[in-house]
Amino acid sequence: MNYIAPNRTVRMKRILRQMLNHWQLYVIFLFPLAHIIIFKYIPIYGIQIAMKKWNPVLGVEGSQWLGFKNFEQFFNSPDAVRIILNTLRISILELCLYFPSPIILALAVNACGRQKFRKTVQMVTYAPHFISTVIMVGIVMQLTDIRLGIINVIIKALGFEPINFMGSTKMFPWLYVISGVWQQAGYKSVMYIAALAGISPELHEAATVDGANRFQRMRHVDIPGILPTIVLMLIMDVGSMLNVGYTKVYLMQNSMNLGASEIISTYVYKVGLKQSNYSFSTAIDLMNTVVSLILVTSTNYISRRLTETSLW
Amino acid sequence: MTQKITPVKKKTKTTYSVSDIIFYVVVYGILIFALIAVAYPLIYVVSASFSSPAAVSSGRVVLWPVQPTLLAYETVINYKNIWIGYQNSILYMVVGTVFALVFNTMAAFPLSRKEFIGRRFFTLVLAVTMYVSGGLVPTYLLISSLHLLDTIWVMIIPTATSVWHIIMIRTYFTNSVPEELYEAGQLDGCSDIGYMIKILIPLSGPIIAVIALYTAVSIWNAYFNAMIYLTKQELYPLQLFLRNILTIGDSINLEEAEENIEEMQNLIGLSNLMRYAVIVVASVPVMLIYPFVQRFFVKGVVVGSIKG
Repeated sequence: MNYIAPNRTVRMKRILRQMLNHWQLYVIFLFPLAHIIIFKYIPIYGIQIAMKKWNPVLGVEGSQWLGFKNFEQFFNSPDAVRIILNTLRISILELCLYFPSPIILALAVNACGRQKFRKTVQMVTYAPHFISTVIMVGIVMQLTDIRLGIINVIIKALGFEPINFMGSTKMFPWLYVISGVWQQAGYKSVMYIAALAGISPELHEAATVDGANRFQRMRHVDIPGILPTIVLMLIMDVGSMLNVGYTKVYLMQNSMNLGASEIISTYVYKVGLKQSNYSFSTAIDLMNTVVSLILVTSTNYISRRLTETSLW
Repeated sequence: MTQKITPVKKKTKTTYSVSDIIFYVVVYGILIFALIAVAYPLIYVVSASFSSPAAVSSGRVVLWPVQPTLLAYETVINYKNIWIGYQNSILYMVVGTVFALVFNTMAAFPLSRKEFIGRRFFTLVLAVTMYVSGGLVPTYLLISSLHLLDTIWVMIIPTATSVWHIIMIRTYFTNSVPEELYEAGQLDGCSDIGYMIKILIPLSGPIIAVIALYTAVSIWNAYFNAMIYLTKQELYPLQLFLRNILTIGDSINLEEAEENIEEMQNLIGLSNLMRYAVIVVASVPVMLIYPFVQRFFVKGVVVGSIKG
């Protein structure tokens, strides 16, 4: 012990000197760090009201502890099963349609030899990404309107009964997911196209020499080449399964489709901020975060074991 | 696979086998489908907004405007709230983007320096917030206890840092700016702040452009925070007014309409038309700059995907 002590002080001194030399780094960092502590960590600390009986006079810390009552209340309510199922229905449909669509688009773009056509497709499919959620939902509502929307005009012209897309619980998940594919497939394909561009042309040449046709080259060269990217995106998507884009769902909700469109996050918003049931709402939100964390860590773990690709 | 054992073809000019032809038919089929499926609704919205209400209601608009008029645009331009919204959104976008750039760069620079003791720890502190967040109500309580509700600042300050953007900028600083510049600066007695302002930032144009564009577009397009935190109409951003027109304004009841027949029909036709025009008016600024900034966005996706 005796001779470790001076060593340690020497090290401490060196570290201190380094910090003093670069004091400006710490001063600069202080501002964004303070911002993150205030706007990100204080709300995390505030999660404790999930286990309390919120009292506006006493505040976050002063309110009385309740334990897991809020959670029990949620799971005993008839809403719980319905909104969890609604959320899962949408996110599973997303995984089936929304997830593969940019991959297919990227593979097709990559296989296309005509540069100009390729650029045009990318440019056009990329554009809807910049449309805001509000306008996106506005477009969906306009085009699917039961009387004036072009889609129903076409359906009527073909001699079928018009479909009330926005007012149907059956149609809601499809409307949500397909409009999402329409808006984001082009944008999401960019990352896969970049990954495809990184595949060495020598692999393609070797495959051609071995007699592979274009489809076989896609199957055995292109797809394995972007597999790590696909896996990473899959981990992220599975991790955020419960976090369906509530800003869009909320805009698409109406009294007729609420049976299918009430999801966890919109429920949290309505119960919390509209009915001022703060503790109950935070409890549901917390449950949501915990399940998401478990999902992302477990998919990450599984993928690390199976494919050696992982987020961290 | 129906592949016969054929002798290896000598490199003649593009001889396609049957399977290759099928492959390319499928590829071009997908691309043409994607092109039409994405472009058609956009073209239709624009065409409808320039057509007469009757033509749109009766479904005569298919691709190009029918009986072109500017009726819808006159209604929209005379609608005061649209312009209030425009003004507010531009203000939030400009000030918010400047704040975000300053804060994110100030976080990214120290994290990119190996002289910064504790950078690993602080990176972790930041990264945690990407996976864990306080959620809706605790954040609302914080904003309200800071007395930010119903002020301009609530639209600008809470979004000033983004951990994702900080990591992107930090990665750019470490990977794309030569380390020798820092050493040279140190030898010439340049302070850390001096290095950041005089050398690092001027050399980081591409990443700053990408982050600025990302931030600006996301502020311009957001409505949810404004809906939660603002009650005064004069502070509403454009998207909130649009929401009222496009999704809530849907309240003209169809049953009611059947009673007053013609007048109601006209009103429905016009308000339907107006919505198309509103969609166009609100998307124009973003769509106009889009062709110019597209390459930056593509770059951003690529930079963002390289994790540091």
